[in-house]
Amino acid sequence: MTDQAPILVLAIPLLTAILMPLAGLFREKLCYPLVIMIMMVTTALSGAILFQTIHFGPIHYYIGDWRPPWGIELVIDPLNALVLLAISVSALLAAISSKAVVEKELEGKEIYFYTLFLLQMTGLTGMVITGDMFNLYVFLEITSITGYALLAVGEDGSYMAVFKYLVMGTIGASFYLIGVGYLYMATGSLNMADVASLIPGVIHSRIVFFAFILCVAGLFVKMAMFPVHGWLPGAYSKAPSAAAALIAPLTTKVSVYILIRICLSVFTAEYVFDFLKQTDFIVWLASATIVFGSLSALAQKNYKKMLTYILIAEVGYMVGGFFLGNRLGISGAILHIVNDVAMTLALFLGAGIFFWKTGSGEREDLKGLFVKMPLTMTGFALAAFSVIGVPPTCGFFSKWYLISGGIAGGQYLFVAALIFSSLINAVLFFRLFEIAYFQPFADHHHAPAHGAVAIEEAPIHMLAPFLVAGAILIALGLYSGEIVTQIIQFAIPAEIM
Amino acid sequence: METLFSIKPALAVLVSLLAIPGIVLSKKPNVRESWTFIAAIAKLAIIVSMLPFVLKGGEFHYTLIEIWPNLGISFRVDAFGMLFALVASSLWIVTSIYSIGYMRHLDEHSQTRYFTFFAVALSATIGVAFSANLLTMYLFYEALSLATYPLVTHHQDKEARTSGRKYLFYILGGSIALALPAMLITYHFTGTLDFAAHGVMAGKINSGLGLALTLMFLFGFAKVGIMPMHSWLPAAMVAPTPVSALLHAVAVVKVGAFSVVRVLTGIVGTGFLADFGIHFVVAVIASVTIIVASLIALSQDELKRRLAFSTIGQLSYILLGVCLLSEAGMTGGILHIAMHAFGKITLFFCAGAIFCATGIKKISEMTGIGKRMPVTMAAFFIGSLSVVGLPPCGGFISKWQLVIGTMQAGQISMLMVLLTSSMLNAAYFFPVFYKAFFCSDDESLFEDKVDEAPIWCVVPLTLTAGISVILFFFPQPFLNLAQLAVSAILGS
Repeated sequence: MTDQAPILVLAIPLLTAILMPLAGLFREKLCYPLVIMIMMVTTALSGAILFQTIHFGPIHYYIGDWRPPWGIELVIDPLNALVLLAISVSALLAAISSKAVVEKELEGKEIYFYTLFLLQMTGLTGMVITGDMFNLYVFLEITSITGYALLAVGEDGSYMAVFKYLVMGTIGASFYLIGVGYLYMATGSLNMADVASLIPGVIHSRIVFFAFILCVAGLFVKMAMFPVHGWLPGAYSKAPSAAAALIAPLTTKVSVYILIRICLSVFTAEYVFDFLKQTDFIVWLASATIVFGSLSALAQKNYKKMLTYILIAEVGYMVGGFFLGNRLGISGAILHIVNDVAMTLALFLGAGIFFWKTGSGEREDLKGLFVKMPLTMTGFALAAFSVIGVPPTCGFFSKWYLISGGIAGGQYLFVAALIFSSLINAVLFFRLFEIAYFQPFADHHHAPAHGAVAIEEAPIHMLAPFLVAGAILIALGLYSGEIVTQIIQFAIPAEIM
Repeated sequence: METLFSIKPALAVLVSLLAIPGIVLSKKPNVRESWTFIAAIAKLAIIVSMLPFVLKGGEFHYTLIEIWPNLGISFRVDAFGMLFALVASSLWIVTSIYSIGYMRHLDEHSQTRYFTFFAVALSATIGVAFSANLLTMYLFYEALSLATYPLVTHHQDKEARTSGRKYLFYILGGSIALALPAMLITYHFTGTLDFAAHGVMAGKINSGLGLALTLMFLFGFAKVGIMPMHSWLPAAMVAPTPVSALLHAVAVVKVGAFSVVRVLTGIVGTGFLADFGIHFVVAVIASVTIIVASLIALSQDELKRRLAFSTIGQLSYILLGVCLLSEAGMTGGILHIAMHAFGKITLFFCAGAIFCATGIKKISEMTGIGKRMPVTMAAFFIGSLSVVGLPPCGGFISKWQLVIGTMQAGQISMLMVLLTSSMLNAAYFFPVFYKAFFCSDDESLFEDKVDEAPIWCVVPLTLTAGISVILFFFPQPFLNLAQLAVSAILGS
């Protein structure tokens, strides 16, 4: 069974996605438990895969037993096993909490939603575990196309926003594809490990250089780096809550993972950090992304939109950390992929609960929520503290690595951007807390009469995943040292100090 | 030096967190408050049980979670931490009694929230006192900042919101923008964040960076209220008085002072400070704060604000004493954490009792109040004596040590600062109770009838006033702890 885990983790959601409409036609109510069941299976498989890679080394799986470099190979090492587990858990929690919001916002479209949900997961999983450049492109498109569909069924204006995403996303994917084409021209191979072994021979080639530029540029669009971030805020903030809770934590993070994978396992660390020597520029761009994302978030009155800009700033954290090119920075970037999945999940689940409760995305409508929903607000506060970077939540520890990496690399601009973003995040979230805590204002000290407001929490299937996500934030924080020393450090080439 | 590995420090930190489910889920107020008392007494008992061993020069160690091989969330109980923990945990019990009187008498809302966050705040305070490294200290420091926010803004009106913003701006902003990078830069260059007896910077960091980091810590740990990072403290007086009493005269502000002193001695190191004259820079900043805060206090008519500015000045005594780097000066500075606590909390209790009984906040409206509230005003008299530093009160002991310390260090200008400040302290405190007792019948704004605040308010303030006097005659164990702490730092 575990021998076949890499393919099963891909095939199970894919095949179930095909069966889902049939099941749905038979009984519409079957979709929700079916998705949860499948997500539980993939989570368990991901856990088993991670265990295996840690204890027995990387897994190489040849699809149809066609050997590389001709066949498609799935390669799972500690790095992508970790990302795989993170996205599976995130999707599982998003699936559990989706019931009420899907019934409310997507009435009559449950079957389609859950079908696309599974296809989206197939695409993301495939992107994470594949060892083939072109196969990656296929999964990238599966993810994107299902993503467009999931995001477009939201509130008014989501069509237009998603059309923008579609145009930009397609451009990004094309850049990536052309990059892969150039690489194929230069090396004659599509298998990542094979290309990596051929790179030293063509290291001075202009074609390889352009391939690198195009791949990176394409991925920047997909992960919404400044200044090619324009599609993200609209598409994510107008999306149905359930789709946003699935996609927002995963897509940008998986894109960052792919960037790291392509740089380390295809172009190789020597090429990127020693030969090109242009990484300072990308760190500055990442710093600009952080500052821009934070400031734009500050300008938003709509809390969902605010979260999307925070998401953009977080992309800057990861990209900047990676291109610092030192061990601390890269560890921080990879750790932050996992942490940011958890943080974004918690934030968007929280936003989903608020939207479900108030029916509005405006922050003014959050008033009185500390009294009405104390548990939800506690969970949201945890997520906020993690984004601000308060110990012992995980956000603090990724910042710890990233700032340390910045200091070690002498990139004080990046350090300043991180600190600035923490401060702005504090403002952003306390602004929400102020509304939820102070308003409606009392006439005099005793006006909110004792126990006058009844507690009206969200249903348990929304609240429980949300609070679990909050607990994960703390667990990830406390075990961040373990995660780095047991898993992440094996993902970084030994020559990087 | 003996060390003992024991879970006690962790228990002392966590015990008040364990009481929270009890506090939140209790249906009846009396049951709820009994959880607070159980936690407070258990906390004090655990801390006192460690006292004999610490007085013998021993230390308790415990690692809660090891995040990295050489750095994690670890506790260490030494004499300095013990002194602060003893003060904070004993005064929590007294303040809880007072809270019941104050909150119920004024029929305040959301008392469950109030007692819950009080318990969290105390956990964080003891966490800072017992932290073995800078990371642990930062963690609990931030936890305290966040736990105190709902207490400061308890009234949930616009004024509370404004004060809350100011509070976050200085406290949270300072720690993120200054203390956090300073901590990481220190870690980058020294490779450790453990508090060592003689600091960790010597030989690894040059003088310029050392000075910059010291100042980042000094201003970053803004709870110490050093100017110009002080203005959150007067703003925080919008909180209910028991909060001002325990948190803004004892726990929160002294966590600031404690953190800065720990960093100066355990991270920067006294040798490093002396070699590059950094101690002198800090001492000058502290002196300026002492004098300016005292002058501002003179002009405040609202009693709690006057007390707040007095606290700002008194906190800098602690830093000034430690930065004298002489034995008596450091003893005095550290001892002042305890002595000032008992005096100042008495004064805050009195301010709250006056507000409870009469609704008056302004000093100018308190003429003749001695006739109406003789016990409260007598306690106020004792508290003032202690803060000014006159016998027979505990404050005299620490100030005496400070004065000797300036002479040991040969800093006559610092001696003048202390004496001037004492005079200013007297000038802003003595008129309050002088007017309260000695005024003609025409001037008096109160009838000649004793009408004190509720007994739950009066007992605590009598208690702390009494302790202030007792501490003059029996300054042990605080004096012993302070001396132990100093001998550990100076390595004699």
